[in-house]
Amino acid sequence: MTKLKLATQGDTDIVVTRRFAAPPEAVYRAHLEPALIQQWMLGPDGWTMPVCINDARPGGAIHYEWSNGEGGGFSITGEFIALEPPHRIVHVERMHLPDPTPDNHVETRFEPDGTGTLMTMRMTLPDTETRAAMLASGFDHGMEAGYVRLEAMIEAVTD
Amino acid sequence: MHLDSAFSALGDPTRRAILARLALGEATVMELAQPFAMSQPSISRHLKVLETAGLISRRIDGSKRPCRITPSAITEIDQWLGMLRKALATNYDRLDGVLAAMNLEERKEKS
Repeated sequence: MTKLKLATQGDTDIVVTRRFAAPPEAVYRAHLEPALIQQWMLGPDGWTMPVCINDARPGGAIHYEWSNGEGGGFSITGEFIALEPPHRIVHVERMHLPDPTPDNHVETRFEPDGTGTLMTMRMTLPDTETRAAMLASGFDHGMEAGYVRLEAMIEAVTD
Repeated sequence: MHLDSAFSALGDPTRRAILARLALGEATVMELAQPFAMSQPSISRHLKVLETAGLISRRIDGSKRPCRITPSAITEIDQWLGMLRKALATNYDRLDGVLAAMNLEERKEKS
């Protein structure tokens, strides 16, 4: 898959772009309706999202929790800032590991692209150090699975 | 670089944050201790782990021993970035499936 693009921009931003074969209305819904979110926003294989609460209006609360089924997990909380269906969602979020991480300001745009959608997600961190820590930690979640995979990958290369 | 010690070194959030700071340039123990609100001996212990793992090197500059990140550590960080990309890619590949199912539902409702 080469569809996803992820790049740093300026001192504090991370920009992710991805195309989808569905119109903005559908992609927008899939980012807001808990029953849909719980089917895809899961991270590494084997993880589930037992808690998916969001109050989709400006100022409304976000509370997501993930579990690896073996007692491990983490959560994020946040608030919506702006909702412009079906083109734009702005929210802030922070991870609880369990101490809260600095606020991550996220603007997600959905633009028509032929019969599909071009999504652009811009994450803005408070400063360069926070962004570097976030990238260095691989977002810090579900990383056990990541470690195992990375280890297997490096073993395969060095054997 | 010893892979086992590199992985256990990277398994600690403070050590990853120290590496992230050193990715921006060389720093002394005192400069590193400040943003982490940790004592210098505590930072020094983390640095020892990172040095043993081959992720940082230290040089002698008078009474100071500034730390810098090694090229192999930068490779590790690139791999973390790759993993973030992979986690997001996995999510969005799943979303493709969800969107296809939504489209089918909608067609059923219309027909």
